[in-house]
Amino acid sequence: MRAGPQAPRRLAALGVCGALVAGACGPGAGPVEGGGGPAGRLVVFAASSLTEPFARLGREFESAHPGTKVRFNFAGSSALARQITEGGGADVFAAADESTMARVTGAGRARHPVVMARNRLTVLVERGNPKGIRSLADLARPGLVVVVCAPEVPCGRLAVDAFAAAGVVPRVSSSEENVKAVVARVALGEADAGIVYRSDVTAAGARVEAVDAAGLDADDAPQAVYPIAVTTTSANPVAARAFVALVVSARGRAALAASGFMVP
Amino acid sequence: MRARARPGAPRRLPPLVAGPAAVAAALFVLPLAALAARAPWADLWSDLTHPAARTALRLSLVCSLWATALAVVFGLPLAWVLARVPFPGRRALRAVVLVPLVLPPVVGGVALLLAFGRRGVLGRLLDEWFSVTLPFTTAGAVLAETFVAMPFLVITAEAAFRAADRRYEEAARTLGARRWAVFRRVTLPLTWPALAAGALLAWARALGEFGATITFAGNTPGRTTTVPLEVYLLLESGRLDSAVALSLVLLVVSVTILAVLRDRWVGAR
Repeated sequence: MRAGPQAPRRLAALGVCGALVAGACGPGAGPVEGGGGPAGRLVVFAASSLTEPFARLGREFESAHPGTKVRFNFAGSSALARQITEGGGADVFAAADESTMARVTGAGRARHPVVMARNRLTVLVERGNPKGIRSLADLARPGLVVVVCAPEVPCGRLAVDAFAAAGVVPRVSSSEENVKAVVARVALGEADAGIVYRSDVTAAGARVEAVDAAGLDADDAPQAVYPIAVTTTSANPVAARAFVALVVSARGRAALAASGFMVP
Repeated sequence: MRARARPGAPRRLPPLVAGPAAVAAALFVLPLAALAARAPWADLWSDLTHPAARTALRLSLVCSLWATALAVVFGLPLAWVLARVPFPGRRALRAVVLVPLVLPPVVGGVALLLAFGRRGVLGRLLDEWFSVTLPFTTAGAVLAETFVAMPFLVITAEAAFRAADRRYEEAARTLGARRWAVFRRVTLPLTWPALAAGALLAWARALGEFGATITFAGNTPGRTTTVPLEVYLLLESGRLDSAVALSLVLLVVSVTILAVLRDRWVGAR
């Protein structure tokens, strides 16, 4: 293991623990060396669309490896990539697209990403589809309030591709900074339709439903690709590798599929 | 005669005071200095004149000035009522008015949605009767900024109205001046520095507003994407330099306003 660069960082962490409230840094905060199996605290940075399956896998990981504690940081992939390249603190990074992962690997902060899941887009509407939206083209109708993700985040880039492929120019009312905000707009009734991942529909609840056959299910329709990697700055690489192994295992794939992801 | 040392200014600073004070000062100075140090000085002009940046800057200026104007037009009378008119529930109302000062702005945005959104308590009626919807519009962004900024004006103006010596007003009344004339010729001249300070503070707060705006008004370039939202989106897309450049504008404006207000706000010399 790379003991060299870790030692000063652990010293720095001790300093922070000393300066902050004692409760923030208890025993077991660091990795336990020499035991062989995963132990200690594991910090996973994951795209917000992965919230439900990863939370479940985190609990499974903790019960399979007593002594481990998985902490999640769910946010937009771009924000996570920025946090990792600017500051670090993550052991595992799971992004919602390959270019965001490339930004982190390009900066030397992660190595050897593997694709763990794919996701398709769908049109989210209120339950009962009161506006009768049937296709992407319907989203260009005047008077409709349509929200999408901002083009700065993966689901927004994907939506731009999907609209371009369908030759549709939607009248977008708002470009949200993450996909869960789009879901919230539709669930609150502020928007008539939103473009979200299929996996978000599973988690969105009873106030909304997806429009099937909106032209986003075709084989050549744009897909989100979810890579996962252990960071090079990981303070707990043993547990990090074990967590990635769990995600790509049959159990992990089942959890992702249950949340509406497509798995390899 | 020799000048005496000012009371309250000890010659030697006790270490128990100096240490924590230095830590506190560093907490504020370091991040701002780091931001300035990270600034892309060479590309600053091109970053700030980029079309998206210019649109955001213009929109921020327009929205924050509207929000300040609304805060003055509606907040000053409210401050007057809170300061001068006793009525049951005044304490509760005062507390409610000040809630946005401590409420997470995102929560404020959600509350605004539930009140003025398309399905909101009042928003539903606005939509049905006038076909007016506030979310995703510039008016919505102005409303969100007014919501978080107005308390700064109200709290400052109310304190000023309370502190103003009422004997001058009473004298003017006995000399036959009407209420409006008393306010304009007596109360206003007595309180205007505080009122101006409140308006400036409200403007600065409106200019920096992010959470309530993005939650209530959404994000649409040219309509609701103010500078703080643009900064956030630039960070999302990894353009840190442009984000820092725009942040510097907000920083310079805030520091300038607070420096102007120093006398009023902290009573420093």
